[in-house]
Parts: sequence; structure tokens; C-alpha cells
Amino acid sequence: MTRRSRRHRKQRVVITGIGGNLGRAVARRLHRHYEVVGIDRRTVRHMPKDIDIEQVDIRRRRVEDVFRRQDLDAVVHLNIMHDPRTRQDEHHQFNIVGTQKIFELSAENRVPKVIVLSSADVYGPDPRNDQFLTEESALMGGQNFEAIRDLIALDMFCNTFFWRHPEIETVILRPVHIVGSVNNAPSKYLRLEHPPTILGFDPMVQLIHVEDVVTAIEQALTPGIRGVFNIAGPSPVPLSLILKRLGRKPRPLPEPALKMMLKTAWTLKLSDWPVPELDHIKYICMVDDELAREKLGFEHEHDLEAILREVNKEPQPW
Amino acid sequence: MLELVRDRLDNTLVSSIEPEVWERIRSMEAGQNEHGYDPFGFNPESLKYIVPLAVGLYRHYFRVEAYGIDQIPDRGRVLLISNHTGQIPLDGMMIATATLVEKRPPRMARSMMERWVPSIPFISTIFARCGQVVGTRDNARMLLHREGCILVFPEGARGINKTYDRAYELERFGRGFMRLALETKTPIVPVGVVGAEEQMPALYDVKPLAKLLGMPAFPITPTWPFLGPLGALPLPVKYRIYFGAPMEFEGDPDDEDRVVGAKVEQVRDAIRQLLARGLEEREGVFF
Repeated sequence: MTRRSRRHRKQRVVITGIGGNLGRAVARRLHRHYEVVGIDRRTVRHMPKDIDIEQVDIRRRRVEDVFRRQDLDAVVHLNIMHDPRTRQDEHHQFNIVGTQKIFELSAENRVPKVIVLSSADVYGPDPRNDQFLTEESALMGGQNFEAIRDLIALDMFCNTFFWRHPEIETVILRPVHIVGSVNNAPSKYLRLEHPPTILGFDPMVQLIHVEDVVTAIEQALTPGIRGVFNIAGPSPVPLSLILKRLGRKPRPLPEPALKMMLKTAWTLKLSDWPVPELDHIKYICMVDDELAREKLGFEHEHDLEAILREVNKEPQPW
Repeated sequence: MLELVRDRLDNTLVSSIEPEVWERIRSMEAGQNEHGYDPFGFNPESLKYIVPLAVGLYRHYFRVEAYGIDQIPDRGRVLLISNHTGQIPLDGMMIATATLVEKRPPRMARSMMERWVPSIPFISTIFARCGQVVGTRDNARMLLHREGCILVFPEGARGINKTYDRAYELERFGRGFMRLALETKTPIVPVGVVGAEEQMPALYDVKPLAKLLGMPAFPITPTWPFLGPLGALPLPVKYRIYFGAPMEFEGDPDDEDRVVGAKVEQVRDAIRQLLARGLEEREGVFF
């Protein structure tokens, strides 16, 4: 056994954006079986000791050294910014240029696998949507919501790369709303004591536990896996049921009133909710994850109760 | 406080339905998850908001007589194909009510709604909870793969908006339902509705006005619009609903229109026969 492990070195994985809550969760799971190198421009804390961290912006030259210094077996690209308050151009630059850089380096250094975390939000909520969207559905998320456009551009860029570099196994994961001890919009919304809802609308919603997304990423590392995968958790439930289970007291408001309030609050910097995100509590945007269950062998472990228990936990500060 | 009012209302609604009928409906097997919702948002419990009204219309207003309800299989996928008449789609509601209250075990006949319906407040939620589904091809396919029961009116607006001079004539049928049935190997139960044609006999369809108002048709009936909103009420005609024997078809779902059309014609003939039988059996429009 010892001889074998000496002969086969541990596989080496780079995680970009390791400092985020999701990055940390991925790192904690992967470092047991892989040698993990993390890249983040933020200060990274609470990380297992055997993980090398490079604190650098992924657009910088120093990132190239990480790729050249050692043979890499995979890149998990999580360094995608979702901050509606950041200036649009900076946001776009960081996401697109950063991703492009990572892909270029991967191609140059023959990294056999690249995993990118996109989101089911790229399909966008819409009344005309199929109840469950497949991987082939059009990415319509940007029709009303500008801030999602760079995620769509990024997702499509990854698709192009997938075709241009058949020697590299590119995996694009599109999970539904990741909820739990993370700081994204859906988790923050569910943590509100009085979450506003739109009067007369109660869409079906899919949630997924952070750890299940980590599982999907881990499974995507399996050699031979490539392509686009929707990732969904337990079967969908109405938004009202989720809020009821969490013991929240929703404030239903007519849509125009809610829009006006949100617009004002946004302008005064009282809230960080972009108005078009309201569509997520109005229309459905659900995905069919059959492909992931079949090809990746993905299975969600955490049911709705477990996910909702996790929501109430504040994420660790970093 | 609001909760209390709501509970009261819920109890009143439930108690207005016959207990054994309600018990059968709420315990219906429709592919719900552990929280009581199916993937489309259907929740049998929510039917309490619509069943009292629907049963009231069914039993007392239209005094519906349903024949051959057992032609609908107890389980497994099935397409109900019906004629569409009467200016307002109460025929769909009555067919669905028949499958809920007359059939044992009850089945939810699910219909496909227009794509803009989910953007209307309240309606969107109530329709979804009561088993209506946005009319996309993938949704229909998925419903059938989940062994559901779908109600389709292949005549669409052509049928429901036609004027009274063409009563009980069948308009051209769409072919989508047949392609779907062939692809998913779904049996088809033809349904003939007799009586609905007289609930709002349209004398004339003012097309320019309909276009102006963005409606599919603007019918002039003996009472509408001359009696105002009251004139828009359907007449208390007697409904007769006939369910025919299940028909099974085989073939290539992507075949030419001509081939698929011939199969559609068989279903249309079956419905025509059901209508002929109904017209012969009835003794009057209101009795």
C-alpha cells in the first residue's frame, strides 16, 4: 500500500477563488485525496494546513508560475464574482479576462481537466420556460438582468473552449440556487426575517446544499467526464413552503410597489438587491439534472430539511 | 389574525364538498413529493379553492351527465381529446370535474395553459396548484412520462369561438397531440361534450373589435353585450359528456403530416360519433 502511494503521486488540483465560502468547502473536501493549490486575491483563512495558497489576482502574471511550476491534473475555476455593487466594467473584466487567462494557461500547460462553476441562473426565470430546462436550453438570463450577462458570456466562452481544445476535458456545472452557509443572494434572501414576496406569485424553486455542489465538483474530476451539467438538489417546492418551514413572516407586496421600493433602496444604497432579480421570486427557472445523475453519478445527499437547517447558520467570516 | 381567517375560509370550503368525494381527491395519487407537490406545482390539497365552485356548476347549474367515465384507465399515461365549444372554456372545467368526482380512483385531467398565464398574479399560482401546466412540448412529454392524464382540445380557439350556425361541427384538428401520443405510446380517450354549444350561442364574431381588444374573438350572443355583464353568463344548459373507448396508435411521430393526419382523422371520427350519440339521446337543450 505504502509503496503504491509512493509510486503514484497525489493528483494536483488548482482551485481559483479558494477564499470564498464555496472555495473553502471544496478545498476541505479535496485536500484529503488531492494536492490542493489555491489562488485568491482575498486573504484566505481557516484553511487546512497542507494547502498552498497564492494570494494573487488571477489576471496577474504570478498565476502563470503556479501553472508552470508543477504538473497540474485539474483546475477548479470558482473565481467568478457575483457582486451587483461592483462597477459593471470591473465585474466584466475580472470574470471574463480572468477566465480567459485560466483557460489559456490550462491549454498551454496541458492541464487535462478544467471545471467551471456557472449557474442555472444563466437560463433566467421566465413565464415561458419549460418546467425543467435541459442543458440545451437557450441562455436567456440576460434578457432582463444585465448583471448576469458576464456569467452567460463566460459560460459560452467555456463552451467554445470545450470545442477548440478537445484534448482538455472541460466541465461546466450549472447548479440551481446554492443555499447554506454561503453569502450569495438566495441564502441572504432566505435569512431575512420578513422576506418580501410578490403578491399573487409563488413559483416552484429548486435549492441545493453547498456540500452537494462540492460532491458534483468532486465527481466531475473523474477522468472521462466532460460537458455541461445541470445540478439540482431535492425535488422542487413552492417558495411559500420554504419560507414557512424557515419560520419566516413574508411581506407580500404588489409587484409595482415592490419594484419601486427596491429601486429606491438600491439608489440610496440601502439594499444590494438588483430589481431584475425579483423575477426569481416570480417565475420559474428550474433545471433537469438527469444528465448529471446519469453521467456523473450525481446524487443529492441533503434533503430540503437539511438545506434549510444550514440556511440559518451564518457563514464563517473570512 | 389573518391565519385565523384563512383557516376559517379553508374549513368552510372543505366542508362544502361532500366528505367522501373530498377524501378521495385529497388522497389522490398524482406523483407528489413528500411535501405534497408534484414537479409542476400541483397540490391536490389546493383543489379545495376550486372544487366547491366546480362541483356546484357541475351538479346544479349544468347538471352534467357523464357517460363511460371508466374508459379512462385507472393509472398510466392517457390523453383525453375533446371537442371545444361554448365561447368560455367551461367544458374543460366540467371534464376535469367529472374525472375528479365521478371516477374512482379520481384522476386529475391536466390541461396546458397559454404561456403568458404564469405572468398574471394569483391566476398563475392557483392554476399551477390545481394542476394546470404551461403548454410547452417538453412539459407535455414530461407529464406523460410521469404517467399523467392530459386534456387536449386540438381544435383550440377555432373550436371554442365558432358561431352557432356551425354547432357540433368539428373544426380542423391540430396534429401535435397525435405526434406526442405516438412518441410516448400514449392511449387516446376521445371525449364528446354535448350541451356546451348552447351555453353562449354566438350569432356573430366581431373580428376587428376582438383584434382591437387583443382577444381571440368577440362574440355577439342573444344576451351579450346587450344585457351587459349579466349577458356574459352562460345559459344553464344541460351538459352531457361522453368518454369513448381508448384508442392506441403506432407509428413514427416524425412522419409526414399526411400520415399523422390520417390517424388524427380517426380520433376526430370517434368524437363525431360520440357527439351524434349525445345529440340523439338528449331531449332538450336545458333538460
